[in-house]
Amino acid sequence: MTNPAGIGPAIQVQGVEKSFKNLHVLRGVDFEVAPGSIFALLGSNGAGKTTMVKILSTLLKADAGTCTVNGFDVDAEPLKIRESISLTGQFAAVDEILTGRENLVLVAKLRHLKAPGNVADDLLARFNLTEAGPRKVGTYSGGMRRRLDIAMSLIGQPKVIFLDEPTTGLDPEARLDVWRIIKDLSTQGTTVLLTTQYLDEAEQLADRIAILHEGRIIANGTLAELKQLLPPAKVEYVEKQPTLEEIFLALVGNNSKEPSGDRS
Amino acid sequence: MKTHFLADTTVLLGRSMRHIFRSVDTIITTAITPIALMLLFVYVFGGAIMGETENYVNYLLPGIMLIAIASGIAYTALRVFTDMSSGIFERFQSMPIARSSVLWAHVLTSLVANGLSLVIIVLIALAMGFRTSANVLEWLAVIGILALFTLALTWIAIIAGMAAKSVDGATGFSYPLIFLPFISSAFVPTETMPGPVRAFAENQPVTSIVNTIQDLFSGQPVGSGIWVALGWCVGILVVAYAFAMMTYRRKIN
Repeated sequence: MTNPAGIGPAIQVQGVEKSFKNLHVLRGVDFEVAPGSIFALLGSNGAGKTTMVKILSTLLKADAGTCTVNGFDVDAEPLKIRESISLTGQFAAVDEILTGRENLVLVAKLRHLKAPGNVADDLLARFNLTEAGPRKVGTYSGGMRRRLDIAMSLIGQPKVIFLDEPTTGLDPEARLDVWRIIKDLSTQGTTVLLTTQYLDEAEQLADRIAILHEGRIIANGTLAELKQLLPPAKVEYVEKQPTLEEIFLALVGNNSKEPSGDRS
Repeated sequence: MKTHFLADTTVLLGRSMRHIFRSVDTIITTAITPIALMLLFVYVFGGAIMGETENYVNYLLPGIMLIAIASGIAYTALRVFTDMSSGIFERFQSMPIARSSVLWAHVLTSLVANGLSLVIIVLIALAMGFRTSANVLEWLAVIGILALFTLALTWIAIIAGMAAKSVDGATGFSYPLIFLPFISSAFVPTETMPGPVRAFAENQPVTSIVNTIQDLFSGQPVGSGIWVALGWCVGILVVAYAFAMMTYRRKIN
């Protein structure tokens, strides 16, 4: 749908290997991501998730294998790829000294868009940041930073978005905010590749999940398919206890949709 | 994409200039230590060193300016380090921009910021009795040498900012550079120094640069010294730039 051929996967990874000195981080990774879907790369710390994302977003070069994004080869046409993707790295890549609005204007200008101010104002409104817009990002809470960070990634309407551990370090409310944003993106046809170490995050969001372990994909499928890899579930009756997250959200009153502007 | 290089560099320069004007203290701190040194050396040691204080300002100013530049570039290293560690560098690199403009914006910012500190220092020096017979051409030569020196040290700062693992590592490299003018002709003539120290002082870059600027300010012929000074600046610049590019490529590979 999104690549020059008009068909085929949005992301295609074949036999990718990458080493840092003696550390063999990726040992032959293969997977494909369908256009408009949410794909989760699940793995523990050090599994190579970030390295994979960096290769796909043209920040690192693979030692072996091929990768295409939107039909463009990462080695041959990195510029074409940069025009059609966005990277939201592991740590909110925002400029703390600038205001939220200035951060958005900066990215809009670097993407050579017309009317960068309007682009910024629209995104501030969409991400509940209008009020915080004129304030320095240094005063933002973790959740606000992440929202701004993702908003910066949406500028220029990239067809593929890479989100590297988008909810690490966020409180439960901010986490739900980010989940909602990611679901919205996918509804609008954006392909999302996200990495996470949280199983429930992959379960909640992803159309397909690939488990990256010791540099290889050891499982890849929908949640239902992955569940079939294990022996059929034994039926047990267990009293349903509320999770701590449910208790926390009930106590702090999750009905307030408008996230607070305070540092949390 | 060379086409966007100027536009992208301008946008990113605007960003770093905002950083500077929102933390004016970086310019003040850069200027304040050299100014304090200038006051100390002129009004406390000056009488003993030179017998009179007014001429000593004229003698001292070039060295003070080099100290200011050497401490000013530490902020460039700090800004580059912050970009690297905050992930904003990677964000820029993953965008369809002229990639080198990210570094060049820092280089231009360094030139502007150091230029501002130097203007403050020269104004104070004028108030302290600094006088020069330099004409427009000689002033331009002074500005050119200082800009070249700033450029050379800025690329060293960029290496430090990219390679550093901590804030201290990013800025620590500047201390020896700040110290270099003390072992040169910047404060006292090299003739009074014992053999090995004198040999070092006379053959390190700061002395030739200081002597050239002193000559330009006082209307003396600069002689071949200016070529030695320019040679040092260009030499350091080329080597630092090459190493910076090497470090940069290692970062993105």
